[in-house]
Amino acid sequence: MFNKTLCELASALQNKELSSVELTQYFLGRIAKLNPTYNAFITIDETQALTQAKNADQRRAKNQATPLTGLPIAHKDIFCVQGMKTSCGSKMLHNFISPYDATVVKKLNDQGMVTLGKTNMDEFAMGSSNETSFYGPVANPWDTDCVPGGSSGGSAAAVAARLAPSASGTDTGGSIRQPAALCGITGLKPTYGRVSRYGMIAFASSLDQGGPMTQTAEDAALLLQGMAGFDPLDSTSIDCPVPDYMANLNVSLKGKKIGLPREYFAQGLDHDVELKIQAAIDVLRQLGAEIIDISLPNTALSVPVYYIVAPAECSSNLSRYDGVRYGYRAPEPIDLEDLYKRSRSEGFGAEVKRRIMLGTYVLSKGYYDAYYIKAQQVRNLISQDFQHAFTQVDCILSPTTPTPAFKTGAKLNDPVSMYWSDIYTIAANLAGLPAMSIPAGFAQKLPIGLQLIGQHFQEAQLLNVAHRFQQATAWHQYLPNQISE
Amino acid sequence: MAIEGKEIEKVAHLARITVTAQEINTLTIDMSNILNLVAQISDVDTQACPSMAHPMECEQRLRPDVVTQLNQRDALQAVAPATEAGLYLVPQVIAAHPKDKS
Amino acid sequence: MQWEPVIGLEVHVQLKTKSKIFSGAPTAYGASPNTQACAIDLAMPGMLPVLNQEAVNMAIKFGLATHSEISRHSVFARKNYFYPDLPKGYQISQFEAPIVGRGHLNITLSNGETRQINITRAHLEEDAGKSLHEDFQGMSGIDLNRAGTPLLEVVSEPELRSSEEAVAYLKALHALVCYLEICDGNMQEGSFRCDANVSVRPKGQTILGTRTEMKNINSFRYVEQAIEYEIARQIDVLEQGGEIIQQTRLFDPARQETRLLREKEEANDYRYFPDPDLLPLILSEAYIQQIGANLPELPEQKKQRFIQTLGLSAYDATVLTAQRELAFYYEATLAQITPQDPKLVSNWITGEVLAYLNKNSLSITQSPVSPTRLAQLLTRIQDQTISGKIAKTVLETMFSNEQSADTIIAEQGLKQITDSNALNQVIEQVIAQNPQQFEAYQQGKTQLFGYFVGQAMKLTQGKANPKQVNALMQQRLNSPN
Repeated sequence: MFNKTLCELASALQNKELSSVELTQYFLGRIAKLNPTYNAFITIDETQALTQAKNADQRRAKNQATPLTGLPIAHKDIFCVQGMKTSCGSKMLHNFISPYDATVVKKLNDQGMVTLGKTNMDEFAMGSSNETSFYGPVANPWDTDCVPGGSSGGSAAAVAARLAPSASGTDTGGSIRQPAALCGITGLKPTYGRVSRYGMIAFASSLDQGGPMTQTAEDAALLLQGMAGFDPLDSTSIDCPVPDYMANLNVSLKGKKIGLPREYFAQGLDHDVELKIQAAIDVLRQLGAEIIDISLPNTALSVPVYYIVAPAECSSNLSRYDGVRYGYRAPEPIDLEDLYKRSRSEGFGAEVKRRIMLGTYVLSKGYYDAYYIKAQQVRNLISQDFQHAFTQVDCILSPTTPTPAFKTGAKLNDPVSMYWSDIYTIAANLAGLPAMSIPAGFAQKLPIGLQLIGQHFQEAQLLNVAHRFQQATAWHQYLPNQISE
Repeated sequence: MAIEGKEIEKVAHLARITVTAQEINTLTIDMSNILNLVAQISDVDTQACPSMAHPMECEQRLRPDVVTQLNQRDALQAVAPATEAGLYLVPQVIAAHPKDKS
Repeated sequence: MQWEPVIGLEVHVQLKTKSKIFSGAPTAYGASPNTQACAIDLAMPGMLPVLNQEAVNMAIKFGLATHSEISRHSVFARKNYFYPDLPKGYQISQFEAPIVGRGHLNITLSNGETRQINITRAHLEEDAGKSLHEDFQGMSGIDLNRAGTPLLEVVSEPELRSSEEAVAYLKALHALVCYLEICDGNMQEGSFRCDANVSVRPKGQTILGTRTEMKNINSFRYVEQAIEYEIARQIDVLEQGGEIIQQTRLFDPARQETRLLREKEEANDYRYFPDPDLLPLILSEAYIQQIGANLPELPEQKKQRFIQTLGLSAYDATVLTAQRELAFYYEATLAQITPQDPKLVSNWITGEVLAYLNKNSLSITQSPVSPTRLAQLLTRIQDQTISGKIAKTVLETMFSNEQSADTIIAEQGLKQITDSNALNQVIEQVIAQNPQQFEAYQQGKTQLFGYFVGQAMKLTQGKANPKQVNALMQQRLNSPN
């Protein structure tokens, strides 16, 4: 059963083949047994989950079910869930029981989804390996000595190990797509403003987006349908209609123009990964797509730009964590300065502190123009690259990451090296474009992902390309050897 | 671009983070490396380029002036580390602060 | 050495919206601690700001009323610093692109001179909470009810040259924001807070001297005193060869002096940058015009109307329009007088009514005599039922009870005597009682006329119609007998 897709489970529930309670109990059982190996979950609330499942079944009995009713989901511990610990992977929020639901959580709850628990993540979403979590690293289900990617490492591992049929993630510089790629699952970062950020703990406000992490593109479409939509509580939420993401999944790719940015196929890309991506491109050609060579000339600048803009915004977003109104508070502070400094120094991990320092520095007097303003200008150039490309192609294809998953601890002492591994994913965040990663094969026995980037609000198109690809290939159906009943 | 220990201390204070002597050393190296990484943008010609604070060109939406949130003190202070008589407690604020509110 | 003071004022005007600038929590004053601070105001994880339309409208109204540039594209910026009354660790304000740009305000000084004071800018921002410094087991208590209340920070050019000008500017600004109904003007509750920047320089010098700043002064009187003290202190220091250090000072009203607030002035690096949780505020011409179409009559306009159309003196017009409620009181009274007599109403309000209110420390809204009751009284003067002098005593009674003028006049028998026969009898009586003066008058001492009139008034306890008495007395004294 664990290998059934979200859509298949939806059908099963609809056809009364099983109840939501049974389904939920099944996954809770898997989590209890297998989570210790992967450490994908921070919190599991069995009572709450089963209550939601029961309600879902009752709703179905009354004929009031929606497509998502009764389906289990694991929420990244960055989404506030009322009454539940919401830690953001940090000691700073170790004791924070959220008094409210994030809009995304509320929307999915209203549709009757069942929350299995909260997944592990890099602390405050800062990281690409899920090694910075206060709750310990997450193991990649394909090779437990390897990282699952980050920051949504727990969600990716949970879906990959089939501890949950679906999960939510967030993506600021690749944090949905990169772990999806490294764990062999499907992950989609929507257009900026498509999914509400209310109750989604902020890292970099102009880059963050929440999105689905699932086994297939079809599943992602189903889940995105439930997550997307205008929210008046989020000023950056965009008020435009949500299309039916399921409607055009099967449309033929004949004549679809897919761009290959030459800068993404250059130095630094692992040879095995490149081979697999080329093979995937061939599949798309066979499906009728026209492959066009394009250029995104400012690609290399996206990492420096990101590592100015994101830390700048996060340094300010994290100022609220001061031990006064909630969260970690250093014991017996001698004065106000001591309260602030000790609470923050003891509550935050090294990577978070590093980024806060960097962000504070680039915003400070004397550096603001040279770094922050300059970076936002270059951001514009990067965005313009894409807009120009979209006059020539419908969507853009690239590897999601330059290499497959690396060993745990390999990059922990070399932040810059870690940062460069985000090279293919970052630009989509800077430009606010929707992007997704789907499984495209294996390199050195580890999964690798193929990334599709679309024009603003073209999620349906990406899902269509991804779905057609998944109908013609089987990469998304592979399971890690260790996974069992 | 090298950053000095003194600057690290200044920045740490602005961010209200304590840095030990050892941390200053590692941070100096890390931050210098990162600053080298990001310094690449300084050569880019951005003369005709407006700053992009948001990825989408959108306007701020306005909310009607209506009270939608009533007293939730109990629920919201349930997670507070230190309160008394409905107030949040902090070590006594003696020194006046930047805005000197009455 | 002649010194010239240079004063610039920054006023934080609390906008009287129902809800906060970025959240739906209420803004009402005086609530129990933290009962008006929602999760957004408390800066809880994942919370986001959404802009209050009314705060924007109020800022636009202010900009229009001060003939200011209203920015079509303004930006909210974060001002980053740590303090317990600032939950997010930053204040959402406006920095490089404020909603209101350059404008001006006219002030009138006591000598009648008017000056135009330029306003540099006015921007929207959120208020912080409050720290209660009482001892809670050695701790301070933080109340965040006020956090998120909308403020309009109005910054003047450093063009004020005296404490008098400063107070005149503040009063004009205060009246304006009350008239516009964007602020309740309650200074004790902190609705209108003033920061004063003061420096001095040798007369004729164009370069500004070093300035000091005094923050959060809540009364016009204290502003005046603080500025006076600070000017004198700075001149003193400079004349003794010393230097003015840029610093923030606190005005102590008890000791009537300013003193240093902090030992070391730490240069604050606020690291302003555009708030990424908010988008640029774009205002269309149509939107601004619509706000402009609904502006109430402003103090300046009203004052001019009182002068031009109603014929009041500049002085009286200034007094009556200084407070919106007083102007309304005047207009309401005037509306109930037929025929219209603007000067009569003005004299009585600026005279008797204000004297009574000031003596009893009451505001015009607390006046025991309503415009309707006052109008009735004044009508009785107009129709000659009573004289102006008698009316004063009637008004005194009216301040202490609810009775109408007519009731009091009847009860106290204060009706004016207008019957010629009766008056002539009185006159005869006066003449009979004052034969010597009568003789003297006939011999040419015509200055005794006033004496005779006075005696007639006294005999009638002031109830005789003075005009008639004058006329009849003239006749009688000048006729042969």
